[in-house]
Order: sequence, then C-alpha cells, then structure tokens
Amino acid sequence: MNNKLYSNLIFELSRAGRKGYSLPPCETVAAGLDSLPAAVRRSEAPELPEADEQTVARHYTNMSNNNFGVDTGFYPLGSCTMKYNPKINEEMAALPAFTQLHPAQPESTVQGALRLYWEEQRMLSEIAGLSEFTLNPYAGAHGELTGLMTIRAYHRSRGDDKRTKIIVPDSAHGTNPASAAVCGLQIVEVKSTERGTVDVESLKPLLGDDIAGMMMTNPNTLGIFETEIPEIARLVHECGGLMYYDGANLNPMLGVCRPGDMGFDVMHINLHKTFSTPHGGGGPGDGPVGVRKGLEQFLPDPHVVRREDGTFALECRDGSLGSVSAFLGNYGIIVRAYAYLLALGSDGFRMAGRLATLNANYIKERLKSHYLLPIDGLCKHEFVFDGLRPEYGGDHHDAQHVTTLDVAKSLLDMGFHAPTIYFPLLFHEALMIEPTETESKETLDAFIAAMTAIAERAKADPESVKSAPHHTPILRADDVKAVKDAIFTYQAPAD
Amino acid sequence: MQHRYFPHTDEDVRQMLEVIGVKSLDDLYAEVPEELKLGRDLDLPLGKSEAEIRRKFQELSAANKPLVCFAGAGSYDHYTPALVPYIASRSEFSTSYTPYQAEISQGTLQYIFEYQTMMARLTGMDVSNASMYDGTTATAEAMMMCTAAARKKNRVLLSATLPQRVLDVCQAYASYHGTDITLVPMKDGVTDREALTQMLAGGDVAGIIVPQPNRYGITEDFTGLADETHTAKALLVVSGPASPLGVLKSPGEWGADIACGDAQSLGIPLGYGGPYIGYLCAKNALIRKMPGRIVGQTEDREGKRAFVLTMQAREQHIRREKATSNICTAQGMMCLYVTTYLSLMGPEGLREVNENSCKGAHYLCEALVRSGKFALTFDKPFLNEFRLTCLAANPADLIARAAEAGYLAGVKDGEDGLILCVTEQRSKAEIDQLVECLTA
Repeated sequence: MNNKLYSNLIFELSRAGRKGYSLPPCETVAAGLDSLPAAVRRSEAPELPEADEQTVARHYTNMSNNNFGVDTGFYPLGSCTMKYNPKINEEMAALPAFTQLHPAQPESTVQGALRLYWEEQRMLSEIAGLSEFTLNPYAGAHGELTGLMTIRAYHRSRGDDKRTKIIVPDSAHGTNPASAAVCGLQIVEVKSTERGTVDVESLKPLLGDDIAGMMMTNPNTLGIFETEIPEIARLVHECGGLMYYDGANLNPMLGVCRPGDMGFDVMHINLHKTFSTPHGGGGPGDGPVGVRKGLEQFLPDPHVVRREDGTFALECRDGSLGSVSAFLGNYGIIVRAYAYLLALGSDGFRMAGRLATLNANYIKERLKSHYLLPIDGLCKHEFVFDGLRPEYGGDHHDAQHVTTLDVAKSLLDMGFHAPTIYFPLLFHEALMIEPTETESKETLDAFIAAMTAIAERAKADPESVKSAPHHTPILRADDVKAVKDAIFTYQAPAD
Repeated sequence: MQHRYFPHTDEDVRQMLEVIGVKSLDDLYAEVPEELKLGRDLDLPLGKSEAEIRRKFQELSAANKPLVCFAGAGSYDHYTPALVPYIASRSEFSTSYTPYQAEISQGTLQYIFEYQTMMARLTGMDVSNASMYDGTTATAEAMMMCTAAARKKNRVLLSATLPQRVLDVCQAYASYHGTDITLVPMKDGVTDREALTQMLAGGDVAGIIVPQPNRYGITEDFTGLADETHTAKALLVVSGPASPLGVLKSPGEWGADIACGDAQSLGIPLGYGGPYIGYLCAKNALIRKMPGRIVGQTEDREGKRAFVLTMQAREQHIRREKATSNICTAQGMMCLYVTTYLSLMGPEGLREVNENSCKGAHYLCEALVRSGKFALTFDKPFLNEFRLTCLAANPADLIARAAEAGYLAGVKDGEDGLILCVTEQRSKAEIDQLVECLTA
C-alpha cells in the first residue's frame, strides 16, 4: 500500500467531466424535471465528486487497507463481543429473493421473509427464556429505548402514570441512562458494592410506587455475575416495577442461564454482538426486544404472526407502544443472525458461552501479574484491569505514569486492536477485555505475550510506550485540535 | 465438541482450565445459583452444516416473490452499481468496530468524513452526523433537537403531508419523551400554510417539520416559510428521501435549520425495509444539539492529515442521561454505500436518475389517467411518485391483480387511493405492461 499516492479524499481525485455510472436509456417521452416549478428546483448542481469507476474502486480499496477488522486480527474490545462474522451469513443476506423485496409487497409474496422473522423471534425467545420478541429496533440503544417504552406502555395500560423513575446501576453502560432520558424517565442511580455488584441494601430505600423498573446487565460491566439477582428482581417486582435486561453482556450466559429465568421481564439483544453479525464500523446492527408472557401486546408494530393455517402475516395490535421503525428493523441483519442461529443450534449454544468465559478467565489469570486486577475471582465474558500494576509504571498517583491509553496504543503496533478503555467509570485506568469464544489459545497466548511485553517496556523504557503507536497508518491523532478546528466537511483549498 | 466457529481442542481446554484452577467448563459458573441454571440444552435444532443452511435458505427464497417495483413510500428501487456492495463487502470495513482507535480506523473515519461532506453539500447544510437508523427515527431525533434547542418550548408542528411511517414513529417518540406534537392539516395535497401561520401565532412552537417531496410525491413550495418560522423563534426542519436532493431546492436554500430523512435512495437495495440509513444535517449553530457520531479532521503527531470521532461531549458514553440522544451504533456501513454510490454517480448521474424517474412517473401517470379509470388526486407538481384516485376498481384488488402478474402496483392509500412510483430502472415496456394490467 502506498499512503503517499492514495491518501487523498475522493473530492481531491475528482475531475470535471469524468463519469463512473451507466443508466439504461430513457425511452419514455413525458414531462421531466423541467415541468417542476422553478421555485422548487435546485439553483446549482450539488458539488459531488466526478470520477471513473477504477478511480473509485482503487480509492476505497486503499482506504480499507487503513482499517482493522475482526478478519484482520484479535479485537478484545470489552462489552462489544467482537466474535468472528461467518461468511455464509453474508452470502445468504445477499440472496436476491431477499434483497429485492419491497416492504409494501403483499403478504402472499413474502412468506419466506416473514417465516424467517417469525422463526428467529421464536429461537431468541427460547434462548432468552421469554415469551416473544420484536426484531424491529435497529440497534442496542434503540432496543433499550423500545424496551423502556414497553415498560411505560404496560404501566400506562394499568392507569399507573406516576411511575416516572428508573433505577440504573452506577456501573451501567452509558446508553442505559441516555435511553431512559429519551424515554422521558428520571434516572435513579444505585451504588455498587466494592465488588462492583449492585448493593441490595442501597437499592431498598430507592423502591416505591414511582419506580417504573430497573435496568441491569448480568453479568455486569465488570464481567461479574450478580448472584443476588433473584432478590433484586423480587424487590423490584414487589414495588410494582419491571426488570429490564441489557443484553450487551448476554454472550457468556448462552445455554447456561437465561434472563427470563433470572427474573427479567423485558430485554434487548444485540444481534451484532451475540449473534455474529458484523459491526460494520458502527452499524447497522439490530436490537431485538423480548418480553415475558403478558407483555406481548405492548411491543411495537408491526408484528409478524403465524396464522392457524401456517401462513405468516403482519399485524398491528391494540395496546402497542406504537412504531419505532419504518418497517421490520434492519432486515438484512436479521437474515445474517438467522444463518448463525442455524449454524450453532442447541449443541453450538451449549459451548459458545462456556468457551467465551473460558477465554476471558484464561487471559485474566495470565495477566494479573502485570496488570492490576481490582476484583478477583471468576469472571464471565469479560473482566476489567485498573491499568498497569504500580511496579510496571502504572501508579496513577504519579503524574508520569504509563496510562491505559498508552497501553492501548502500544497494542495497535503489535497487531491487536485495543481493549475498551476508561470504561466502566468505577476505575481510573479501566482496561476492559472481552475475547469471545472464537479466538484460539494461540491467539490468546500471543495477546498475553504482547501485553506482558508492553508492561516490561513500561517499566524499562516508559517513553517508548507513551509515544506509541509507531507503525500504524497514522500516529497518535490530536483530538483536541479536532474539537478546536471543528472541520466536519471537506473544504477545497482556495486557488 | 468441535464446531467450525470454535477453535478449542480438548487439550486447549484442559490446559486453560488448569491455568484458571477449575476442573470443568461448568465450574466456571460455580457462583451462579443452581436454581437459575437452565440444566438442559436449549430447545433448538442441532447445529447445521453450511450446505444445510443453504438448503434452508433455498426453501425460504422459494416462498418469496420479488415483484417489478412501482412502489416508493420510503423505499425506492434505484439501481445500485456493482462496485457499491463490492467495496462494502471488504471485511476490513465490514468487520471493524466503531472507529474509536483512530490510528487503525482511518478507512472508516475517512469514508464517514466524505459521507458527511456529501450530505452537507446535498442538503445545503453546514454539518452532517455519521448516520441515524432510518428516515423515520432521524426525523424523530430532529423533532427532539427542536425542543432541546428551544429549551422552554415543547411543541413541534408536523405537517400532515409527512409520510405516515414518519408520523407514526415521531408520535411514539413524542408520547414517551414528552414532546407535544400538533399536526398541521393538509390542503389540496400540501401543507396548509394558512393553518400553519395560525398555529405559529401561539408563540409556543419550538419547531416545524415539513416533507420534501411529501407523502404523495408532491414537491411543496416553502417560499417564505423559513422567515415565518424564524420570526416565531422556531426551527425549520425539512425531511425527505435523499436522492431528490440532487435536483430539488435544498433544505439549506429554503432556509431550513435541520435537514433529515432516509438516504436509502442513494444506492441501497430495497432489502425488505433495511438496513437503510437516516441522514441528519444541520446549521453550525446546532452542532452541540446534534445526536450521533461526528467525524472531524485533525492531524497526527507528525502533522499528517487524520480523521477522528469528535464532539463526543454530546454523546451517551460521556454525558449519560444528559446526552443529546441515546444513539451510538447507527448505520456506519451504509455511509460507505452512500459514499461510493455518490462518488460514481456524481452530480450528473444523480440528475439523470431523477430526470429518468420523473419522466417515467409522468408517463405512467398520463397513461393511467388517459384510460379513464384513474384520476390524479391532486393537481400539483410531482417528482417520481404520485397519488391516483381509483375510479373503476378497489385499490387492494388492483394491487392483488398486479402481484399475480409480477408487479408491485404501488401502495394503497385510504379507501380509493393508489400511490405509485417509477425509478430509472423501469423500462417503457414494464410501464406499458403495468398499465395494461391495471386498466384491463
């Protein structure tokens, strides 16, 4: 790859008069754009690039070489479940019999598409221990919002309008409080114990008839299983609230222990985490929402139902919270997840969660000699280090200490993606590692060796770590300048 | 048990368990209360081979029947050049995460920066974010931006000529978010400006959302609307599909503060409704109220141009409940679809797409009206979509009859209406055959 030749923006490659498209000839003789009133027409053509096809192909191919994906290497990104994205999923999602369907087509012409959706929501219901899923929400945060709307719709249906508060642990993903705020709920934060789990004694005084519910993830963001979940669920239910499960951390529980059986009433799943659909550099994902029996009617429209004669139909329901999407969500992502569900099956799901947990515990045990492990004991899919141990330059009382950011940037030089950093907020130097079940022992060993080498270097030659990365397509980027300069679009240089 | 997605040999597992200091995989869950454990396998079929998965999909595919598409209503059957999905299928792009580590994510960050530039230029706005889920949720977020910017005002006016799906989603968001929505009535197929003026007089309006083109494909004339809106200290939002932005007066030219909608029409297949991509662009003054991710230009340590996620102080992972929105993962990969599509089409290609679609739509409309069995419901200018009143048959019956013949004859609208759409992909022969089918 030649960064000097190919680091331009497409606008810089544009030459007036070049063309990269072909269209069928227009044979119809009728009124065209000229027939529109001048008042509604654009005065000047938009400044878009003009380029031939190869220029565009080469431009984006070279850009892809500046990117790191799961197919490139290990992606130990905590809470993101960056597992392998099987290629059969992509091929099935590209079948013309799915990609060429218009959402308004008569039901009789889309029976295969509706069946797939229905079967997938049945499979997710079994995996989650719940009654029914909607696959309409577009992403995890959208699922959270939909789930919270479901909870509010349930309370409203009982004429109970005073439940305007939601309990969220201080260790929760940032989307939890943000989704609650969009849903018009006030956030009540519950403290964590020293072990990072919900403090049941702190929870009790928060409960009352103004509580709509409580959001939790289990295992929590530290990868710790909340063993008091039955008691927490009992308390919240007793005060009339519902339990919401943030499915971001579902992966280690697959086939072991189901959210419905833990006492949760509503949950979302991230298909782009647990069910292997590619993350796409920031989407599209899909955020199915499931509910326990008795809450199905509140889920968003439209629903896919199976009629008595075995055919499938779209349905809107009385009591539904309304619509949260134009149609059936990111359908192409739903197709990919379906292929994955078929590929794993009951025997695959028996292993997936257990192997994810095995991989996480293995890394934790091998690295805790060099990195500070604030909470010892078994973790589930992920765990959190609080930076380097003090003897390896990580003492954060020392202003010159080697930070988690430095460690993360050093990993980039060594062919690994960085872990999630500075989350959760409970620690100064959080380094959150989630390996997933699709990584081999050799990959984990290589990662462990790299992390150990970084720690040794942090002790012997801290500057070499603090100045990393050295071998990436760009060096450390200036985030402050980006905010100060505020350049969000390309501006052609003045002649 | 070996599975093609799990690399662990029995010996690997044994060695790893030894390091951890437990005896079995089940012991890794020792702390989980026994009564919570499933204690059985999930009630699912056994895992399938690739060949079996293919067979299952063949069965499902056989139960689908793609139709020659004459429907729009938010999903437009424009042509996708071969290069677009080809580039998007590169797994360096598709299997990457949100580009938090800029040093190894310049590919993603650069195409999002290009996307933002293209969308800002198309909409005539200063800044674009790095995508929303779809056009309906983008419009709902624009609605919440209006009230957030206005602080004390909580009322947003939505034109009744917005597509029904957009209205439905805005309604759901507003109902829970606590936004007060009022519909501006329709008059002769367009937003009733007199009614709107009266509604603005109350002084409690934070924003107005109008469509372009509207739910009937009509291009509305917003002359004077921005001034009127701004005098009332409200924000003007123009919402619509993206392809027409290439030829219609841009939201910026109308004086709008926010432009939003769905960019599916820029190279993304119908895909049974998704994944699509919502766009949201705004004037500079509103950037701190914008939801979603934004990419900015900066330099690396050696002064080389670089791109990073920026303005993150608005976002949920920093601001939690005070964030401008809860959105994080949106439709990243679809930015790449839009960017490669627009790179190939350029301004002239986009004009030609709209020109041919417009001609095809007018040709179809004239032929159906000429038959005497349909009338154009509103005598208003339209681009590539239009509403007909069915005079001789019930629209549901017509759609069913056309589906038998392999055509999607638009979408039903009310008791007597049919909304049809033509794109550059429809040949004259296809249009003539549809006319024959609908007028038989």
